[in-house]
Amino acid sequence: MGSRASTLLRDEEIEEIKKETGFSHSQITRLYSRFTSLDKGENGTLCREDFQRIPELAINPLGDRIINTFFPEGEDQVNFRGFMRTLAHFRPIDDHEKNKDPNVSEPLNSRNNKLLFAFRLYDLDKDDKISRDELLQVLRMMVGVNISDDQLGSIADRTIQEADQDGDSSISFTEFIKVLEKVDVEQKMSIRFLH
Amino acid sequence: MEDFGNIVCSAFIVWFTLVVGLIVLPAMFGISLGITEVYMKVLVKTLEWATLRIQRGSKEQQKPTTLVSNGIILRDDGSMEKEITDLRKGRSKPQINGEFELSDIFYFSKKGFESIVEDEVTHRFTSEELVSWNLLTRSNNNFQYISLRISIIWVLGVFIRYCILLPLRVTLATIGLSWLVIGASLVGLLPNSRVKNWLSELVHLMCYRICARGLSATIYYHNKENRPMKGGICVANHTSPIDIVILANDGCYAMVGQVHGGLLGIIQRAIVKACPHVWFERSEMKDRSLVTKRLRNHVADKTKLPILIFPEGTCVNNTSVMMFKKGSFEIGGTIYPVAIKYDPRFGDAFWNSAKYNMVSYLIRMMTSWAIVCDVWYLPSMTRQEEESAVQFANRVKAAIARQGGLVDLSWDGGLKRAKVKDAYKEEQQKSYSKMIVGDDSS
Repeated sequence: MGSRASTLLRDEEIEEIKKETGFSHSQITRLYSRFTSLDKGENGTLCREDFQRIPELAINPLGDRIINTFFPEGEDQVNFRGFMRTLAHFRPIDDHEKNKDPNVSEPLNSRNNKLLFAFRLYDLDKDDKISRDELLQVLRMMVGVNISDDQLGSIADRTIQEADQDGDSSISFTEFIKVLEKVDVEQKMSIRFLH
Repeated sequence: MEDFGNIVCSAFIVWFTLVVGLIVLPAMFGISLGITEVYMKVLVKTLEWATLRIQRGSKEQQKPTTLVSNGIILRDDGSMEKEITDLRKGRSKPQINGEFELSDIFYFSKKGFESIVEDEVTHRFTSEELVSWNLLTRSNNNFQYISLRISIIWVLGVFIRYCILLPLRVTLATIGLSWLVIGASLVGLLPNSRVKNWLSELVHLMCYRICARGLSATIYYHNKENRPMKGGICVANHTSPIDIVILANDGCYAMVGQVHGGLLGIIQRAIVKACPHVWFERSEMKDRSLVTKRLRNHVADKTKLPILIFPEGTCVNNTSVMMFKKGSFEIGGTIYPVAIKYDPRFGDAFWNSAKYNMVSYLIRMMTSWAIVCDVWYLPSMTRQEEESAVQFANRVKAAIARQGGLVDLSWDGGLKRAKVKDAYKEEQQKSYSKMIVGDDSS
């Protein structure tokens, strides 16, 4: 049984989202159903409180950073297109997309874009570098009050030291990719859909 | 003009006599005339026919069938440690426990996004989605014109439900409740004796039976040998205020709750005259020790009826059982768990108190097809020596969930309105900290 969704979401919109994100028709309608159920204000957009109402997300140490990824450039509302665009980063990589023509623009869920997404979770001020301070802040979110400033500082220093290759005491995107080259990004940054 | 008035009067008298004769009297004595059975048979046949037509219709129109499966995504069930260690396998350096890796963030972001797409909690506070439409407008999320016949049946259904069933049910409910108030007050005038108790039980039973007919409730009781005994505590999952009517149809219970004003207050004051129920003032509810003490006193008196408690503390949508508050399990005494499962095809019993107030909820109930539910009486349980109240509560909850075919959740039903406690986030942060500094501090 479908959702109020399929009557309110026009076919052209579904096609556009399909092209942009690569989700299938049924995935888009199911996600639209989810979107409307989160939209308590029933105005077609989600605000930060709508996300925080999900208990599992509210207790995630990085919950706020994750919610932030939906709201680019200081906006407070995200519509369904924006919602899908962000979710698309977690779509599994299809086999036939792996060897694509380099002239076509990269799909949102390519390995590179997944890594870029993770990089941006660390890069708080969006200057394309992860500084020591930014790393410390994110670490602090993940560990809460359980580790002292000093210990956390040395962890951050060690991490930057290992990753930094051009000696600027911060991690650039290229250095980030190098550190994670052996990680199975495809599997660890993908959500498995049932349909 | 007079003639018209006479006709209306006599029609009303005939109607009233029929109702009393055919429904109220048999209900009071627990006999069934078989009218409800016939109605249910016709209803089931109609719904089955409608389901087939809808399926055929959607095939013909070749709409992509959106299946209602059990979920949108498949989640990993691994613990935090397992998942993060998996992530770190790719590293060429040897595994030293007590290290941070940049890849750790993948675990949290994936978990976060999975919960955005689908989580276990938020959908428990809205009505269950049906696999196939049951010809009620309210459960219709995807109304597409299937065929003329379905639409006609639907219109007929609306007419029957609103113009025939609703007045009938309202009449029955009024009779039932007034009889409860009057009967209980009358019984209350008697001095305390066995006769009084017997009469009080009779009055209660009769009224709840009339009310049940007022909802066209068909209740299947299982394992009646495990029915709650005097001096015990009956514990059940909570879906709506109607749960009380459902349970009280087959036994007498002492109710526990807050004193209300208005109609509910009148009923409360009346029935407490007939037999001891436990009503608390709003201010008293806040004092946990006072509440526990009063309940303990009630339970200790083996002549008093078993108390009925809903430990979830709030209504949830009957697809899961949420956290049981430990208060009821600290009182002592024998716990009699009961599982209640409603059949959603005939009507949605869940009271979404955020969306509907009591009156509109009752009207929705009375304009459903029927209320059909199963009640399982589970064997009694008592707290073991080394068990804490919380562990005991979880044990009872698991038993109820298993019997009713419901999902057993540890989340608090209070999340319907309140934010989740920070303590859970702190737990996760603690686990993660252990992973990156190792077991001994360096």
